[in-house]
Amino acid sequence: MFGRGRKIAPYLFISPFFIGYAIFFLYPVVQSLQLSFYRQVGLNKAPRFIGVDNYVRLATKDALFIKALTNTTYYALGSILIIVPLALLLALILHSPKLRFREFFRFLYFTPNITAGVVVGIIFGLVFEEQYGLINNLLLAPLGLENVRWLREARWVMPAIILLGAWKWTGINAIYFMVGLQNIPPELKEAARVDGATRLQVFWHVTLPLLRPILAFVLTIAIIGSYNLFAEPAILLRGLEGGPNNAGMTMTMYLYTRGFRELKMGYASAIGYSLAVIILVLSVIQLVLIRAFRED
Amino acid sequence: MRFAISRPADPSERKSLYVKLVEATIIYAVLFFFALLVGIPFLYMFTGSFKTNGQLFSWPVNLLAPEPTLNNYERLLSGEEIPYLQQMGNSVIIAVSQSALTLLCASMVGWGFAKYEFRGKTFLTIFLLFTFAIPFQVTLVPLFQMIVRLGLLDNFLGVILPSSVSAFGAFFMRQAMVSIPQELLDAGRIDGASEWGLFWRIGIPLSRGALSILCVLVFLTAWNDYLWPLIVLRTPEKFTYPVGLATLNGLYKVEYGMILGGAFIATLPIVLIFVAGRNQILDNLTIGAVKQ
Repeated sequence: MFGRGRKIAPYLFISPFFIGYAIFFLYPVVQSLQLSFYRQVGLNKAPRFIGVDNYVRLATKDALFIKALTNTTYYALGSILIIVPLALLLALILHSPKLRFREFFRFLYFTPNITAGVVVGIIFGLVFEEQYGLINNLLLAPLGLENVRWLREARWVMPAIILLGAWKWTGINAIYFMVGLQNIPPELKEAARVDGATRLQVFWHVTLPLLRPILAFVLTIAIIGSYNLFAEPAILLRGLEGGPNNAGMTMTMYLYTRGFRELKMGYASAIGYSLAVIILVLSVIQLVLIRAFRED
Repeated sequence: MRFAISRPADPSERKSLYVKLVEATIIYAVLFFFALLVGIPFLYMFTGSFKTNGQLFSWPVNLLAPEPTLNNYERLLSGEEIPYLQQMGNSVIIAVSQSALTLLCASMVGWGFAKYEFRGKTFLTIFLLFTFAIPFQVTLVPLFQMIVRLGLLDNFLGVILPSSVSAFGAFFMRQAMVSIPQELLDAGRIDGASEWGLFWRIGIPLSRGALSILCVLVFLTAWNDYLWPLIVLRTPEKFTYPVGLATLNGLYKVEYGMILGGAFIATLPIVLIFVAGRNQILDNLTIGAVKQ
């Protein structure tokens, strides 16, 4: 009886999770793939098999899908280019020895990340307001720059969302880099300094290469986060259209519009799978690039 | 004699006081500048909640509220526009249930993987790792159809159940529990403890730290979620607070002071939780990332 209990026990322990996982994750994943080959508009309509038509339409005829894809990629690249250097800089500063108020700064920089996307969208509606907004009045006006029509002019919409993203995500990425810096043995840097390397050389040839695993993690999270972007732009631009000329419409906003506004179930499933493939491809490219840097 | 040999190797010792002072000034200036960038939007949210629309949209921009009014909070909490108190209560119910359910499932499956050898274990681990990479957007449409078929539309269970199976949580708890010494379990078995008893009396108490971190992370995700509650919940009395705030934001005449007030009272509890547990949380945030 003792031995038997021990044999069955692991299956009993893992079953609640795996039953839930099968019902609420695996089944929808499979079902969604099937649905993406059908046309179904409305909940109670019968689905009609149309092969790869949904995918063909997405790739060749759907300008809005291409727009959402371009916007999201723009966001991903822009936010990575801002966030990664800034987070690295902050991490290096916060990591320096004998720094006072370290815990305070670390916590403060982290707070935007725990704020709800809806709340962030609301606050930044006022930050980017054209006449009375914070950026135009407190940052640009003192420099003698003219008001920017952030949310009203198509070309400024994405930069605004990228700045919002930088505000929300720089702090937590700085914390990730700090963990990476803590894991570098100080002897390595000291040895390099004794050998006559300058600070910049130590950073470039010792610190940066050792941060590669963290960099890979940060980039993966950033890519996934970009394609998940939904609440912030939807609230900021006060609608799922994504502002003027759909300039702020992201992939997830587009999926929501087709799937849950227009109830195009099959088409939305195809969007979901396209998104999954894009994220997968980007993550692999990113990992290969990071690995390539190791060779030199 | 040549003293140079015994000089400390640390080059910072050789820096003059002047250079050190300049360096420190630059460092604190940069930190302070970023603190302002992060802090001012929060400050503006707080003070803005005590302003009328007229005061918010006037020149010059004032970060403080010289003539504060409680009118926004009174109108928000009286429920004349949206039942906001009820919506915050809904958020509490959903986030607490989701945390409890996730923690139970995650710690059980984590225990099973950490402390037992069984057939199919390697396969399930690899399988989980692979499916983990599939983004949730793929599941949205079939999940919605399932919720409709189960009659869980506009029902808290429809929000809670799908969000409670966390593969991340499973890995997280497995990592935390794998280091519990096997001798403790053997001793427990000799004393006649059941397998469930070992989990409940040894496994759970010894992984309290990891459980509390996972609890905060799950609670936070549930508290802040917008997309899935927006899909499932249909009536204002059932909305969570982000969905409620979004309806206020979408009105023809936007009452900004009221929205900022709602945003502030929804953000405050989260910040307080993190202030209370900041060092433990921030230090362990990367467990899943770094200790793979």
